[in-house]
Amino acid sequence: MTDLTDLTIADARDALRDKSFSAEELAQAHLDAVDAANAGINAYVLPTPQRALEMAKASDARLAKGEGGALEGIPLGIKDLFCTRDVRTTACSHILDGFTPPYESTVTANLWGQGAVMLGKLNNDEFAMGSSNETSYYGDVVNPWRREGSDAKLVPGGSSGGSSAAVAARLCLGATATDTGGSIRQPAAFTGTVGLKPTYGRCSRWGIVAFASSLDQAGPITRSVRDAAIMLNVMASHDPKDTTSADVPVPDFEAAVGKGVKGLTIGIPKEYRVEGMAPEVEALWQQGIAWLKDAGANIKEVSLPHTKYALPSYYIVAPAEASSNLARYDGVRYGLRETGSDVTSMYENTREAGFGAEVKRRILIGTYVLSAGYYDAYYLKAQKVRTLIKRDFDQAFEGVDAILTPTTPSPAFGVGEKSGDPLEMYLNDIFTVTVNMAGLPGVSIPAGLSSEGTPLGLQLIGRAFDEETLFRAGQVIEDAAGPMAKPQDWWSKGA
Amino acid sequence: MSVDSATVRRIARLARIAITDEEAARLETELSGILDWVAQLDELNTSNVEPMTRVEAMSMKKRKDEVTDGFCADDIVKNAPEVDDHFFVVPKIVE
Repeated sequence: MTDLTDLTIADARDALRDKSFSAEELAQAHLDAVDAANAGINAYVLPTPQRALEMAKASDARLAKGEGGALEGIPLGIKDLFCTRDVRTTACSHILDGFTPPYESTVTANLWGQGAVMLGKLNNDEFAMGSSNETSYYGDVVNPWRREGSDAKLVPGGSSGGSSAAVAARLCLGATATDTGGSIRQPAAFTGTVGLKPTYGRCSRWGIVAFASSLDQAGPITRSVRDAAIMLNVMASHDPKDTTSADVPVPDFEAAVGKGVKGLTIGIPKEYRVEGMAPEVEALWQQGIAWLKDAGANIKEVSLPHTKYALPSYYIVAPAEASSNLARYDGVRYGLRETGSDVTSMYENTREAGFGAEVKRRILIGTYVLSAGYYDAYYLKAQKVRTLIKRDFDQAFEGVDAILTPTTPSPAFGVGEKSGDPLEMYLNDIFTVTVNMAGLPGVSIPAGLSSEGTPLGLQLIGRAFDEETLFRAGQVIEDAAGPMAKPQDWWSKGA
Repeated sequence: MSVDSATVRRIARLARIAITDEEAARLETELSGILDWVAQLDELNTSNVEPMTRVEAMSMKKRKDEVTDGFCADDIVKNAPEVDDHFFVVPKIVE
């Protein structure tokens, strides 16, 4: 039954309605795959087989009556940043040891409301801070892809590395993820999957462990553009519990898939031609331009002059907001507590033991830039630079419908290769972070393989609340690139 | 902009994170490196630029000032490391 794990969400949805197999069989096939793979890939920090089978049985009962939601019986993995009622949620941090929320995030509640089945909680960088999934308290996630002729471990990207690895290794049909500076799109690019960060405000942030509240946004990682549209249709909603959730209609995203790009104008930003970009990434970008042109799009060069300032301003805004959000972890109301001689030393010892090195680094940077006398020079300055970045995009979108760029400057790197130098790691997000700073939607589409035989992605950036154009153009790239190769199964026990 | 070890200790104290001498030395280098790198923003003149506060022009939603939730004290203390009845327990603050 291993072939059940190789389906797209769209195909599985149709087959479940036709009763070609049951939701329980589909869930069991995935649970078996997780069981066989997890020792090698470490994508799941908490598989929930009992919950999965109960939900699948309930789906089968609804399907038998001809009922069922948009995702009825579809087995999904959930990033551990999403609070799930009565199921441990830790953001992969030691400081949230054993936390079991008595409530459900809005995004996951939307998914269960439409019949989706939870396979378990997926690994991520601690509090979503990282680009390689090497900062998780639960250990590194290993990319199912390897360089040709090598068995060296590669990173799956981050922070949604469990999500990207699980989708690529057929350990779920789709996964939820979150993106603050590239944490959906970069791991999607590294694993040959589709990863979409919606417009800020499209999905509710309620019940998602907060990292940087003005940047965080939930989205799907899937194996096709259509599947991303199907998932986003359910994940997106206006939520009164999140004041930044946008009160705008959610269009039928799936209907946009397949509408093509004839007559659309695609912008190519010259500032994304950066020093040190792999020549094969540049070649793939040119290939993507040719594909869109062949499909009837007009191509136009655009300028985003403040691009180089996006990453440094991000590394003020994100740590500042993180230092504020993470102040709540103090050993009093939930999670870890270390003892101390008085209440302050209890806080200090708890936070010393509970946070990993990268999280501490960002809290300290954030505390510094927000400390007395520095607010204007750092946070306010960075928020002003954001206005300039947003203005660049506004001006570009006067003449184009979407923008095409590479997702990352290079393919997946090895475990341990970049973890020694924070600045080098941060440069991974150079092409994705501008999109978060401006609040726009962006998607990474698998577009080819590197000379090492590992995946490369192209990114499409859209106008605010115009994910539909991304689905149209994304499908054109997916069709032109042809079926993505599958990673060779080295991870299953007995493989 | 570089930070010295006293500054690192002061920030760590503000952030309520205990740090060892070795960590303070390492953080001094790392934080200085990051702050030097973000200093490139000084190249930009932003004196006439408004800070960005939202993605789309959208006024902040306000809800009615009324109770919408509650009577769930058991849920609230459920995850606490130390609880007495419906109270969170912390080390003694006032002698």
